[in-house]
Amino acid sequence: MNIAIDIKNLNYAYGKYVVLTDVSFRVKRGDFFIIIGPNGSGKTTLMSLISGIIRPKKGQLEVFGMSMQGYTRKALARTIAFVPQMVEVDFPFTVNEVVLMGRSPHQGILGLEKREDLEIAKQAIAFTGLEHLSHRKLTQLSGGELQRVYIAKAICQEPRIMLLDEPTASLDLAHQTRLMDLMEKLREERGLTIVMVSHDVNLAAMYGQNLLLLKEGQIVSSGFPEKVLTYENLEHAYGCTLLVDDSPLGRFPRVTLVPQRVLDNMKHI
Amino acid sequence: MNTHAPFVLKRIFVVSCLLLILLGVVMFLGLSMGSSGSGMMPVLDSLFGVREPDSVLMDTIIWKIRLPRVLLAALVGATLSLGGLVFQALLRNPLAEPYILGISGGSAIGAIIGILLGFSRFPGVAATAFTGSILTLFLILVMSSGQSILKRDSLLLSGVMVNAFCSAIIMFLVSLTRDSRLHNIIFWLMGDLSTGDMHQVGILAATVLPCFFLIFFFSSPMNLLLMGKETAQTTGVNIKFVTVILLVVTSFAVSATVSHCGLVGFVGLVMPHLLRLLFGPDHRVLVPACVLGGGAYMVFCDLLARVLPEQGEIPAGVITAMIGAPLFVFLLKRSGR
Repeated sequence: MNIAIDIKNLNYAYGKYVVLTDVSFRVKRGDFFIIIGPNGSGKTTLMSLISGIIRPKKGQLEVFGMSMQGYTRKALARTIAFVPQMVEVDFPFTVNEVVLMGRSPHQGILGLEKREDLEIAKQAIAFTGLEHLSHRKLTQLSGGELQRVYIAKAICQEPRIMLLDEPTASLDLAHQTRLMDLMEKLREERGLTIVMVSHDVNLAAMYGQNLLLLKEGQIVSSGFPEKVLTYENLEHAYGCTLLVDDSPLGRFPRVTLVPQRVLDNMKHI
Repeated sequence: MNTHAPFVLKRIFVVSCLLLILLGVVMFLGLSMGSSGSGMMPVLDSLFGVREPDSVLMDTIIWKIRLPRVLLAALVGATLSLGGLVFQALLRNPLAEPYILGISGGSAIGAIIGILLGFSRFPGVAATAFTGSILTLFLILVMSSGQSILKRDSLLLSGVMVNAFCSAIIMFLVSLTRDSRLHNIIFWLMGDLSTGDMHQVGILAATVLPCFFLIFFFSSPMNLLLMGKETAQTTGVNIKFVTVILLVVTSFAVSATVSHCGLVGFVGLVMPHLLRLLFGPDHRVLVPACVLGGGAYMVFCDLLARVLPEQGEIPAGVITAMIGAPLFVFLLKRSGR
């Protein structure tokens, strides 16, 4: 069983507003899979469907060969962990406490932690480099640190698939690579399947093994970054002029935005 | 504070013991002091069965008048603190509270309608109060629904408006009555604990105690809810189920206290906040802490209400509002930064 997520003819609409039309794709086990596309293309809805936050109305969505309906909520939480976009928390939980909450799908009703749970939480904290902050309160952390806490909590769930919704959106450059490196390490060392929604096509090109490009709820292209990130596909999806060439770092595409001023100058020549 | 979790049971135990001692001390004070003479000796004597000839009157005062009142205060304080805690978790807003949200007000309207219709206090008035609280809750959720439900301002603003509207309806209803019940209603509105007898205390206890236990079993999902709905759901919490159960159970318990002793405000703000500062935000610790600590706080406020004035007494709700409202403003100002 090498397919982690199998989606066939998935449709979704909020009332009359159609968000996804006939979406079909597969995510291999151990893949680094990145979903890209312009605003309103249905990325987040797709993410919510895979995470089980919303249920598909039409079409098929299987996780490790079993339909979503076959999972109980806790069983799904032991299979898929979801890292949402930055959530602000007004309550002074410590990093330790939040990471430990990731154990709750493995626990009984009161969530009483066993020694084993503590050990797993400790490892997750070490994996994300949060040891020095483990007794800090959530309300005292920076955006990048907070993001890592949520990832540590997700790791603590011991899932087989990790979903992330635009995790780099509010991070500075150093934190962006740090986060993506962390995901790569998680995939390599623990064999997790990583599925991510991203706005940043260059990060997707650099880290993604397979990409999915959406436009208005339909798939424009999917597959290797070289195949998906072509000038034609991107211009079709985003509707703007871009420059696509090879990255000086290696064999993956590089996408450069082109300002109107530069386009105007080109016409004069 | 070190919050290692295998010791969560130990922490619950230690915190509960501490607060139980506090509650015991405050209740003892509550039994000892009052308008008809203060002193700890009569209580001790009476407790240990020492009978002096002239102590029969004092005995009656302590056990027939003060005890029901102290117990009523403890139950009301426990329910309202817990109510505040639950609403804060469900709405992810540390400023939420049954009184501030207008839920107490809604349940008061229901209760007044029940009284005016001549229903008995239980189950008639309790039922109309519960209906009132559920309707207001629904109104607030609809008003602040959409993506903005988690936003502090829209929720508090909805609450303020609902509260103002409820007050207007209450005043309207009060102005309609022309009989002797008027004074009673007004006094009761301000949060009045003086009418308790043991029978009433028994009914309230039988109503709210099961709610406390039920809420305790939802303390772990409440922790997860604070991390956001999506996180809670993808960590295995059935948020619809948890939210509905907690809202209904809490509104039920709160309206039971409202129908017994009117509007006591801000207890649900003061106690959860204070206890969270002392013991951290883990609901598995905070639920029992709110029950015991909230009870102690209310007994203390009621003691002030009885002892402070030279003659007569102040409604307990006045005391809690005098302490709570400034704290609310302080918290709002601080959280705005």
